[in-house]
Amino acid sequence: MSTDSRFDGPGPDEIWHSSLAEGRFMLQQCRRCGTCRFPPALVCRECGSADLAWKEATGQGTVYSATTVREREGNYSVALIDLAEGARMMSRVEGIAPDAVHIDLKVEARIVDGPEPMVVFVPTKGDAS
Amino acid sequence: MSHPLRGSAAIVGIGNTKRWKAPGRTPFDQLQEAAILALEDCGLGLKDVDGLFCAISSSGLPVLNVAERLGISVRHADGTMVGGASFLFHLQSAVAALENGLCDVALICYGSNQLSAGGRLVSMPDPQPYEAPYKPRYPISSYALAAARHMHEFGTTRENLADVALAARAWANLNPDAFARGPLTRDEILSSRMVSDPITRADCCLVTDGGAALVVTRADRARDLAKPPAYVLGTGVAVSHRQIAAMPDLTTTAAVESSRRAYAMAGVSPTDIDHVMVYDAFTITTLLFLEDLGFCPKGEGGAFVSSGAIAPGGRLPVNTNGGGLSCNHPGMYGLFTIIEAVEQLRGACGARQVQGAEIALAHANGGVLSSQATAILGSAATL
Repeated sequence: MSTDSRFDGPGPDEIWHSSLAEGRFMLQQCRRCGTCRFPPALVCRECGSADLAWKEATGQGTVYSATTVREREGNYSVALIDLAEGARMMSRVEGIAPDAVHIDLKVEARIVDGPEPMVVFVPTKGDAS
Repeated sequence: MSHPLRGSAAIVGIGNTKRWKAPGRTPFDQLQEAAILALEDCGLGLKDVDGLFCAISSSGLPVLNVAERLGISVRHADGTMVGGASFLFHLQSAVAALENGLCDVALICYGSNQLSAGGRLVSMPDPQPYEAPYKPRYPISSYALAAARHMHEFGTTRENLADVALAARAWANLNPDAFARGPLTRDEILSSRMVSDPITRADCCLVTDGGAALVVTRADRARDLAKPPAYVLGTGVAVSHRQIAAMPDLTTTAAVESSRRAYAMAGVSPTDIDHVMVYDAFTITTLLFLEDLGFCPKGEGGAFVSSGAIAPGGRLPVNTNGGGLSCNHPGMYGLFTIIEAVEQLRGACGARQVQGAEIALAHANGGVLSSQATAILGSAATL
């Protein structure tokens, strides 16, 4: 085989899901420019380098924007979270009413177990903002 | 020196089925009717068409389906699919292809049965596994997140957003072909059902059926056809993301880049534009595009609209057909921004006609503020 060894092994989506299944919230960081990215991919969006390393996220974040989705079955939060590492992800904030989730709220990650584990956020204790 | 593509091609024929509620017609039926109307409008025939440009929500192979149905012998084709802005991407591609002799008569076409097929956006096979677990309403929640951020940073209010919808309705009331006509009040909009905060049902575009088509030729041929040509003075496109979480700044769209490219090619600036069409999928998109296209400073879109600037009698005629909010919105609306711009340049708009319109700007959006495309059209006097 003449494949390029830099891309050997499971792909980034597979690594994301298998890490989550083990209870770990992992992010990619560019070894060249230091930028963190989400969702996972093969290259750094910032500088184009294909040399990315996986590291465990701190789980700390800030709400960048938030909406309450209103459905007959009930209302729920959908939010964009700016992670401390610099990447942004869609998620939801739990533990408070959906319409109490506001921009600039400090949050921290939780992994919800299940057949499809997922990252959600709760307000950081002591953040009264 | 002017850009080599400036005025090199012209829109010579337009087709608009105006069948906003047409049960029993497929998207391809709407598209074919629009194509026939557009060719008859300029006096050309299907056998003259050798460049085919189309995108359709329900088909992964639109060029093949359309070429077969219309019997077009394709010498050049482009089925770029970037959502509602696709057709302005196609226009840029058609202008380049015409100038380089890859085709002589370009047909850009679209059809939809979104309303008759059941209402909600026809979903394209494009799963988003990093969003889906959180169940955002697609695409409404993405636009809601942008609106919430705009309100946070600039103090934009729901009243400002409501005034976008009011202006659109006021224009629609001057357009006998608009789907939603009749009185509408700010209170009715503000008390409309909340869907994804801060976006209510009244902040969302219509759901209709419809079909539209353009015929584009090189400028030399355009002069000899039936209707006054709308010359393509400038085009520009840009793509910034697919998922809303990957949009760098939710208050500034890639319309900044697409319009900069279009203005540069056309050699004009926002103050030269007589008539504006922006893709109003939601009320917030009109605000964002007025800012990003340079018609008002960033953050001042709300105040600009609430001053009455874009409504009939205001200083900038915007979305004079009634827009996606009150005229029509068959799944992907982009082509209709061009249709209205051409009709205004032809002086064919009756009660809603912008007097002396010589330069029109049409801007379209696709995905979730993801793709942006700007076209600047002019009458013969602007060449």
